[in-house]
Amino acid sequence: MDTMLSATNLVKNFETSAGVVKAVNDVSFDLQSRHTLALVGESGCGKSTIASAILRLTDIDAGVVKFGGDNVALMNMNHLQEYRRNVSIVFQNPYSSLNPKMRIREIVGEPLRVCYGLKGKELVDRVEKHLLEVGIRAEHINRFPHQFSGGQRQRIAIARALALEPKILILDEPTAALDVSVQAQILNLFQDLKQRLGLSYLFISHNLATVEYIADRVMVMYLGKIVEQGPVKAIFENPAHPYTRALLDSVPSLDPANRHQLKALHGELPDPTNLPDGCAFYSRCNRAQDRCKTSSPDLLTMGRDHAAACFYPITLEIDT
Amino acid sequence: MSTSLPSVANRSLRIEKFRFFLSSNVLFVFGAVIFSLIIVLAIFAPYLAPYDPVKINFSEKLVAPGLTHLMGTDELGRDILSRVIYGARTSLVIGITVLILSISVGVPIGLVAGYFGGRIDTILMRVSDVFLAFPPLLLPIAITAALGAGLFNAMMALAISWFPWYARIMRSSVLAIRKELYIDAARAMGVGHGRIMIRHALPNASTPAIVQASMDFGYTILAAASLSFIGIGARPPTIEWGLMVALSRSKFLDFWWTAAFPGFAIFVTVLAVNLLGDGIRDLLDPKHGDLS
Amino acid sequence: MSETVLNMRNLRVTYPKLSSKVDVVRNCSLQVGQGEILGLVGESGSGKSMTAMSCLGLVPKPGRISGEIEVGGQQIVGRSESQLSEFRGGLSAMIFQNPMTALNPFLNISDQMADAIVSSRPLSRSEAMSESLAALHAVYIPNAEACLAKYPHQLSGGQLQRVMIAMAIACKPRLLIADEPTTALDVTIQAQVLLLIRELASEMKLAVLFITHDLSVVASICDRVAVMYAGEIIESGPVADVFKAPAHPYTRKLFSTVPTLGSKNKQLEYIPGQVPDMSNLPAGCAFQSRCDVAMDQCRDSAPNLSASGPGHLAACHLVASHEDMN
Repeated sequence: MDTMLSATNLVKNFETSAGVVKAVNDVSFDLQSRHTLALVGESGCGKSTIASAILRLTDIDAGVVKFGGDNVALMNMNHLQEYRRNVSIVFQNPYSSLNPKMRIREIVGEPLRVCYGLKGKELVDRVEKHLLEVGIRAEHINRFPHQFSGGQRQRIAIARALALEPKILILDEPTAALDVSVQAQILNLFQDLKQRLGLSYLFISHNLATVEYIADRVMVMYLGKIVEQGPVKAIFENPAHPYTRALLDSVPSLDPANRHQLKALHGELPDPTNLPDGCAFYSRCNRAQDRCKTSSPDLLTMGRDHAAACFYPITLEIDT
Repeated sequence: MSTSLPSVANRSLRIEKFRFFLSSNVLFVFGAVIFSLIIVLAIFAPYLAPYDPVKINFSEKLVAPGLTHLMGTDELGRDILSRVIYGARTSLVIGITVLILSISVGVPIGLVAGYFGGRIDTILMRVSDVFLAFPPLLLPIAITAALGAGLFNAMMALAISWFPWYARIMRSSVLAIRKELYIDAARAMGVGHGRIMIRHALPNASTPAIVQASMDFGYTILAAASLSFIGIGARPPTIEWGLMVALSRSKFLDFWWTAAFPGFAIFVTVLAVNLLGDGIRDLLDPKHGDLS
Repeated sequence: MSETVLNMRNLRVTYPKLSSKVDVVRNCSLQVGQGEILGLVGESGSGKSMTAMSCLGLVPKPGRISGEIEVGGQQIVGRSESQLSEFRGGLSAMIFQNPMTALNPFLNISDQMADAIVSSRPLSRSEAMSESLAALHAVYIPNAEACLAKYPHQLSGGQLQRVMIAMAIACKPRLLIADEPTTALDVTIQAQVLLLIRELASEMKLAVLFITHDLSVVASICDRVAVMYAGEIIESGPVADVFKAPAHPYTRKLFSTVPTLGSKNKQLEYIPGQVPDMSNLPAGCAFQSRCDVAMDQCRDSAPNLSASGPGHLAACHLVASHEDMN
């Protein structure tokens, strides 16, 4: 099992009129080959910023992203091109991620044209091949995005991401904008492609059930920090961090008999420009003690490959 | 898509859509028809004009409209109908030239400013704002004073005072689409800024500029006619409607046809072009009509 | 038995298209009682939002409504705009998916709430102010006075949604229509808002029509559910019954397409094909081309609603044949 992509101590701050927001605050992770790592969190946790940082769409303020052992930030143009061939992204909104004025032949062909200079029949053959991989028939190759449904558009976006035959795919909430009956198709497609093409996924989502279905490992983020990480079974069955527990409790159950188990996490996110000292989750935590107010926990080992940034994890007995 | 109509049914659907379109956009159709007629007149002027428009014939001067001269003659005996027909050429050339000049300067400025933002945006827009500050007729007057009168200088002057509008329009529509994910997707693929601007931003941000251009066409003709009227802009022997009205200034009270017909030509053309422009705006507005 | 607040019968919403017309809602009937939450479930294009908008006469032009809609005894269909605006706010209120766009960015919360309240009841500005405060307290906005002075962009998504709910209930409506109010919210905030709506419905004896595409949201707060497909209600009934034994093939399939917590190895199914083109519906059942148990009868005639259990209806020939047998 080798590491395809690694991030170490990433930091990204944004200057806003209200102050400095630490969008990504010391985040580290490894993505293994043929693995799906999920980044879970709500708005403002920094997960989309991490995706941008990995693709070098934004510069990071500190930390290192390495691909195959090479530092991404130090890559020259050629090396960077090669890196971009290996890491692709599928965005959330299939209505916005495809240029409405381009035919899908041109959309899926663009990366091939730009990176390899492919043209003519060679280009069309490759485009058709990738469209077929996602289940779009070749005869539709000259159509425009608006002539397709949401699910089909997302598949076209996936075909575009696969055009350069990457090893890693970043999936940024890829099913959030789709109808329920279509989401399953896309999720199954991802599983299928991962098998067939040997891909690794960085799966960003706030939908816990989808994450449980598709991921091997999970990282839970809150206000720019990783609060818990581990194999999906451990996280979902034995969450250690109170925020992870709260997230799981907030998910409404499909069984009406369980409706009274729905528990809302009280309070709101604190002001990100004015984070308190100590644990970022202190204001909403029902297990918080004095220590949590003044010092911020690092990721502490909870079990095999399972870590949480909490002084009083759920697995520990305390007086609440 | 899942259903594909057989080609015959497809064709009759398109015919029905076209007929529906015609009936709900009557003004647009009216404008389009008139404008097409004007284009025909301009292109086929030599075949359509009954007389040589520049041939001076003092024996026929100031003849009232009648069977021999449908629109009468001017003070040099030239047939006004023929001159009006040839004048269509000039007006169309003016409209096209000024628009092409304004757009080719304004649109790239707005595109680059909107795409990059920051310093580049500020510099480009402040520079174009300088030209925006000039009153529309003052600049042409100043330029002709400096470079001499003539239709080409007048057109250049108009273009200079007009391009900032296109820069602004382009900039704001680029700002709107910059947040679209397909721009991010292109950057993530490693597509260069130039290609993104031309291939992704421009086609999607150009609608407001196109609409503006279709409406400006009428204004350019009017503006050029105004310049000719005040003595800068077209000069004899150029045949231009505004110039024709200007030359008739001293006489038109007694010889109304010398001003009325060229004036009417200006009116009809600008009206047709404006109706066409309104129609184009409605068509391109995704909320209004759906041609898909 | 609680009193019926919303009584909708045979609702049809029609839009002109080219030289003919399209029905985007076809023959919908539903009732919501006091204190009851009815979930209206459907995917995009099912007509659920149009159905909701019809209750307030808010169908965008050039749509036309026909059928009967009665809210608190008042007829809605056929009323003029001025009569309808009297009803809106006071009789029925609506909350939307995106609170950011539903609120005016140029007015502060106090002004917007006062406007809403005063337009439904003749109160003075200061009376409206105290009503606003009361409403904000009812939705658990901490520091309500400070909130009144703020502008929408200064509040978070969750707070804005609460403010919108406060605005809706401040007018003391009988019917609350919630159009996907939690779809755009984070999961922890969604839980807060869902629990809030559940509480308000029971305390204020509100009838709630809750529109969503998320079945688990329905499971957690709704008493009854109606499932829409291609402009029609194809299944309805008490949530416990419908969720335990969904009768319509579409509903059954929907359940198996949704990943749920704790069922990692469940094989996710999907529904092949697409929602039909509303202007080109087949004769017979609208779902037949995608149904795995379609019979010949389904192609020929559209099924009516038949009972699959007490209070549990489904528009399916298969269900009808079982009903006949029993």
